[in-house]
Amino acid sequence: MSGQILATALTISKIFLTLAMAAAASRILRGPRAQDRVIGMDTLYVNAMLLLLVFGIGSGTTLYFEVALAIGLLGFVATVAMAKFLMRGEVIE
Amino acid sequence: MSTDVVLLTLLVVLPFAGSIVAAFLPTNARNAEAWLAGGVALAILAIAAYFFRPIARGEIPRVEFEWLPQLGLNFILRLDGFAWSFVGLVSAIGLLVILYARYYMSPDDPVPRFFSFLLGFMGAMLGIVVSGNLIQIVFFWELTSLYSFLLISYWHQNQSARDGARITLTVTAAGGLCLLAGMMFLGQIAGSYDLDVVLRSGASVTAHSLYLPTLLLIAAGVLTKSAQFPFHFWLPRAMAAPTPVSAYLHSAAMVKAGVFLLARLWPAMAGHDYWFWVFVPLGAATLLIGAFLALFQQDLKGLLAYSTISHLGLITLLLGLGSPLAAVAAIFHIMNHATFKASLFMAAGIIDHEAGTRDIRRLGGLFRAMPITAVLAMVAASAMAGVPLLNGFLSKEMFFAETVESHVASALDDALPFIATLAGMFSVAYSLRLIHQVFFGPEATDLPRVPHDPVLWMLLPIAFLVLTCILVGIVPQATVGAFLNIAVRAVLGDATPYYSLAVWHGFTPALWMSLLALAGGTTLYAVMLRYLSGDVEGAPILRRLKGQRIFERAIAIASWRGAKSLVQSLSSTRLQPQLVLLLCVTILAAVWPLYKGGIDIHVPKLHEIDTTFLLVWIVGCVCALGAAQQAKFHRLAAVILMGGAGLSTCVTFAWASAPDLAMTQLLVEIVTTVLLLLGLRWLPKRREETSRPANLFIRARRFRDLAIAFIGGAGLASLSYAVMTRPQTFTIATNFLEKAYTEGGGRNVVNVILVDFRGFDTLGEIAVLGIVAITVYALLRRFRPARDSVAVPEQKQFQDHFDAEHDALSKDTISAHYMIVPGLIMRLLFPVVSMMAVFLFMRGHDLPGGGFVAGLTFAIAFILQYIAGGARWVEARLTVLPVRWIGFGLLAAGGTGVGAAFFGKPFLTSSFQYVDIPVLGRLPMASALLFDLGVFALVLGATVLMLIALAHQSIRVSRASSKAVQPAEGAV
Repeated sequence: MSGQILATALTISKIFLTLAMAAAASRILRGPRAQDRVIGMDTLYVNAMLLLLVFGIGSGTTLYFEVALAIGLLGFVATVAMAKFLMRGEVIE
Repeated sequence: MSTDVVLLTLLVVLPFAGSIVAAFLPTNARNAEAWLAGGVALAILAIAAYFFRPIARGEIPRVEFEWLPQLGLNFILRLDGFAWSFVGLVSAIGLLVILYARYYMSPDDPVPRFFSFLLGFMGAMLGIVVSGNLIQIVFFWELTSLYSFLLISYWHQNQSARDGARITLTVTAAGGLCLLAGMMFLGQIAGSYDLDVVLRSGASVTAHSLYLPTLLLIAAGVLTKSAQFPFHFWLPRAMAAPTPVSAYLHSAAMVKAGVFLLARLWPAMAGHDYWFWVFVPLGAATLLIGAFLALFQQDLKGLLAYSTISHLGLITLLLGLGSPLAAVAAIFHIMNHATFKASLFMAAGIIDHEAGTRDIRRLGGLFRAMPITAVLAMVAASAMAGVPLLNGFLSKEMFFAETVESHVASALDDALPFIATLAGMFSVAYSLRLIHQVFFGPEATDLPRVPHDPVLWMLLPIAFLVLTCILVGIVPQATVGAFLNIAVRAVLGDATPYYSLAVWHGFTPALWMSLLALAGGTTLYAVMLRYLSGDVEGAPILRRLKGQRIFERAIAIASWRGAKSLVQSLSSTRLQPQLVLLLCVTILAAVWPLYKGGIDIHVPKLHEIDTTFLLVWIVGCVCALGAAQQAKFHRLAAVILMGGAGLSTCVTFAWASAPDLAMTQLLVEIVTTVLLLLGLRWLPKRREETSRPANLFIRARRFRDLAIAFIGGAGLASLSYAVMTRPQTFTIATNFLEKAYTEGGGRNVVNVILVDFRGFDTLGEIAVLGIVAITVYALLRRFRPARDSVAVPEQKQFQDHFDAEHDALSKDTISAHYMIVPGLIMRLLFPVVSMMAVFLFMRGHDLPGGGFVAGLTFAIAFILQYIAGGARWVEARLTVLPVRWIGFGLLAAGGTGVGAAFFGKPFLTSSFQYVDIPVLGRLPMASALLFDLGVFALVLGATVLMLIALAHQSIRVSRASSKAVQPAEGAV
């Protein structure tokens, strides 16, 4: 029974997470401001990380978690670089 | 090894070893260089002296090293009498030239280069001479062309030196290629490349059906090398070389390589009418044209160059005659010419040095100023003219006598005495001109320098050579008799004719011809004197016939105009048409076999598709399309969208159980984004343009491009899909999966493939990566941004303005004013991210990770610090040496590969075992880990180097524009 609940929950969360990704992608596409797009991408990264965690729970292997860890640890670098670019006009001064 | 073997090997090895040593001496070490080079030449002379006795007894010392025994190619050195005489010639004249060069080269010239090349040339020349293998001869042959190129272009700041060097190389190296083909023919005909075998199979060679092509190809090599008509034009151009080079290469050694080979192959190939018909007409033409042109040269070295051409023509003619006596005369003349011409070149160099000009018209009356040089040059010039009691007279008389004999019955053969006498007349005339116009006549008044005799050491080589000319001229038998005899015997063997080296043979036709030439030449000079003193450049009649001009035009058409028009008609500098063409061809190439063979794609049913996956893919596709659409009008949006597409690829990899790829993809994505943003700073401002142009044509073109892109992308995707869904049987992947642990000691197959199974590929790839990184760095050092992107970005100006208004804190503290929280977090993350890099690296052999991913991760850790604190802040606290990391990486990876050799294993063989490590416990250690460390260091270094080089541009530019500091040469 509990296995059934977990499976259903995972499926639903997968779909919701991918929908969230789609929403974030549409924000990246539509903008309107550059800042909106950057935030959209950060959201995309976070959702992808969560999606991988859900994959990991579903399959029971830890390898997914490591990719998720990498996204969690390093995914923000692109966002920071963009923020810096928008704020200062160049990434490294 | 016996003494003979060692000494014979040293003969070739010593000059090259000396060349390497010479290259590393200090720039102004003229004395040390001269001692070294002179020592080498002396040692070779001593070796030659050691071998004289056995060779005189008829022995042929010989060494053979295995080279490619499967192909019947061995490295053979053999020293017969003929080779011996050339070794003596090359080393003796080399020694004198080195002594001369010590005083000739000015203290400002970088002498290591000169002496290194000179010794290298000596080695190559000796290599030709003592080679006992046809292919080996060609190898050293081309090497002499190369050294000649380098020596002529020694003063490379001089345009004529560069041109001369290029022409020389083109002509002689092209001839060398022909020679290679000819030698291969010859080797095939004779059945062996061994010179001894070839020389013995003369009868079968001349009778073979391929004799003519072989002869023509070898002739092309010989004639180009020895500057024979119609290839003679390179030699005068080569006179841009320093005079010691002209004296050595272009009178005594390199140009003699051609006639040397002709004489060398004489036993195997002469004795056929073709031989006569190839070499006699061209030799005669060269003899005449060279002598004629020499008379009209205004440049002293030009006169000597054309005279050399003429004398080489004489030797070629003699060898072409095919009679043994003529061959004797040719060999004798090779020696004589080398002595008098080398001394004349050195004298010309002294005159150039002391008077400051080589123009014969400006010189005059130098006898009073430099009497010793004048006397020496006069004797040498007389030898060149063929005045009795000098060595030139003897060989010239032998030549005259030989032309009178009949060889191949023809009009040409009958005309030879006349041609010879005529050429002799010209020879006398230009020798006379050299003596008269330079040393006598009215004293020159407008010379750049005041001429006087040079130091004694500079005159000594000339004096020695001139003394040889006189001694040989007076008592030939006692001086060169023995040497000439062993040389002649080595070439002719049992066919050696009786010849006499006496000065006086009675009133023979040859003597009358000599006297006629002397008288005629003197008269000719007296008649032409007025004309020659005029302003005429070049010879009458033949002035228009300029082989060099024709050559240059041919080269220009082939390599410049032809290539340009080909590019213009077939190519475009614009990227779009190129890509369209490339894609269309690729699509056609892919569609054609599928159309012929059909394809079986497993179309998935709807219920088989994972909804999540589908959605991720849709997101990815939309991002990719958006990126393409925005690329032109909104660059930042395009970069962000590309990041989205990359992320969905990353998720796909993870989903398809390829965590390695997912990780790599993610890191590459992040680094690429930072890189693009760094580059974006320097791109010109966005062009304000509507995304929907009114022009119908442009819209149509865009639809065409879209269609092509769609077909290409969709086609590739479906092709990949078809391949991936095919039922797999035994593939190389299965093989790798099986052997990864048993043979590579790792469970991460991808990593084992990278660092072990395909380690050599990886080594090559990281080498390329390192090269690319250093190239990027080098290119960015000279980066000049577009004018509208030089200015400090608007945001920064705004912020600075705001800062200045609100508080007076120092301007440069990035973190004090903004990004305080993220900046701190990023700084704190440095050890964390580094730890993760180490983690990924250490476990890479068994689980996803490895040097590449770890290197990227560590690079990101550094980049984060740069983003947080700025380049100045980071570099004040951390020493970042990416170039050294690259170097260390390559050394570590290569060293691991070489290390296998110590265990008697092939390059890059890896080994692994379990090692007990305190605290951590029992761990698998593979030697591949060291290799992976190299990959790690290199990837880290390359990534950081490229990004930081780009980042430093803003510091440089702001420095350059504010001019507060010196120009930005030192930045990065």
